[in-house]
Amino acid sequence: MPRREITSGNWAFAEAMRQINPDVVAAYPITPSTDIPMKFADFVANGKVDTNFVTVESEHSAITASITASAAGARVMTASSANGVALMHEIFPIAGCFRTPIVFGLVNRCIGAPINIHCDHSDSMAERDAGWIHLYCEDAQEAYDTAILAIRLAEHKDVLSPVFVCQDGFITSHGFEPVEILEDSTVKAFVGERDADFPLLDVDNPVTYGSFAMSEYYFEIKRQQVEAMKNVLKVYDGVAKDYEAVSGRFYPKLDRYRTEDADFIVVVMSSASGVVKDVVDELREQGIKAGCLRVRMFRPFPADEVAEILAGAKAVAVLDRALSIGGTAPLAAEIKSALYDCGKNIPVQSCVYGLGGRDFFPQYARELFMDLAAGKVSREERYLGLLE
Amino acid sequence: MKDRGNSAEMGKPKKWQDVPMGGIAFGSSAEAVETGQWRSMRPVWDGEKCISCLLCWNQCPDRSILTDGNGKVTGIDTFYCKGCGICAHICPKKAIEMRPESEFTGPGAGAKGE
Repeated sequence: MPRREITSGNWAFAEAMRQINPDVVAAYPITPSTDIPMKFADFVANGKVDTNFVTVESEHSAITASITASAAGARVMTASSANGVALMHEIFPIAGCFRTPIVFGLVNRCIGAPINIHCDHSDSMAERDAGWIHLYCEDAQEAYDTAILAIRLAEHKDVLSPVFVCQDGFITSHGFEPVEILEDSTVKAFVGERDADFPLLDVDNPVTYGSFAMSEYYFEIKRQQVEAMKNVLKVYDGVAKDYEAVSGRFYPKLDRYRTEDADFIVVVMSSASGVVKDVVDELREQGIKAGCLRVRMFRPFPADEVAEILAGAKAVAVLDRALSIGGTAPLAAEIKSALYDCGKNIPVQSCVYGLGGRDFFPQYARELFMDLAAGKVSREERYLGLLE
Repeated sequence: MKDRGNSAEMGKPKKWQDVPMGGIAFGSSAEAVETGQWRSMRPVWDGEKCISCLLCWNQCPDRSILTDGNGKVTGIDTFYCKGCGICAHICPKKAIEMRPESEFTGPGAGAKGE
């Protein structure tokens, strides 16, 4: 029987790691993801896992060791945040290209400067183009479930790509809430054993990873990664349904909340969506047709599905927890691009909120919906909760 | 063993689908690469001075120190040797000397060589 525990997003992710029992974990601690390797180190010390736990001297080494172990044929997990993620930047595209299916607990925290330990999405958004799958979780339960699901997605033969399992720093990672934990045997059966195609340690069939590819083939190898991401869109629902069969919980690429007949839709990611959904309920009672679309999968971006969901709306607002300084915020850029292709000129208000852990309150969502309803949509980016 | 596509006997791939995934190269292809061509300095080994301490064998970043299988150094394999000079530097008996490659391969080669 599954059990219910009061636990945090970090601890829930670490518990999933214990149950997955990866071959290798190479990690370096950084707030707010520190809990994950810390808790996992307990499991290692207490003999709860068989994992080779590699304590390295930096995040750069953590991800390098992870890729190497994964290329060797191991199942590998790790975690990091913020500037730790930024230090890994050089190495992330290598994981994408080598097709090493690492599952990575990314606990979102803003990138300094100014130095700040709290949540926004500037760390993961900076890795948008690294060839990794990005999944953003709303709460601790989802972080736990997604860690397990992501193993199967990453290792799918048509995908073979690493996955960021993102959760909001402190808000989710350190907030305690009830989480249903599956039985160890259920998780073990669901993830199975990794069956690597071309492992470095298969000495009878030697392979070389990381060889030179100049202008003759670099382009083709990148094109293959594009195909892997297209395949994610095709195979994801199957993996999610398999997970639903063992857990009772289904996680779609896009979490649509009362969007079907909605006139006004707010698009958001991660923990802030709970607030938006509450406000949707409130406004619905007042007769305003509000809806919320939570983007759970950001890479690959399910643009066609997004367009389909938003096509009937009169106006849309997009909430980004990251800036693209001097340009369009990342989620807003995707949404606008998706809507352009579907040929409907739906007004889109781009909003940035919550930078550096700034709280996101229901009144922000309420005012935003009321502005959409009043036709107050501007091409100017708006900043919610900013002192101005 | 998994299907390796047509890579084993492939000529040049014609389509992106035919290029090995992730740029993986099959087989131990480095064995066939004569990295000795990169060398500008050549180690010259003196069997009279050598005591077969194997420090050079241990430190060689390639596998260019030849032995007889019984722990005796027998010479240097210049097929892979890039001429880094670590062997000469580390040798306690100065039994290895780094000499310009031009003495062996350039105009007038052989005049001052072995």
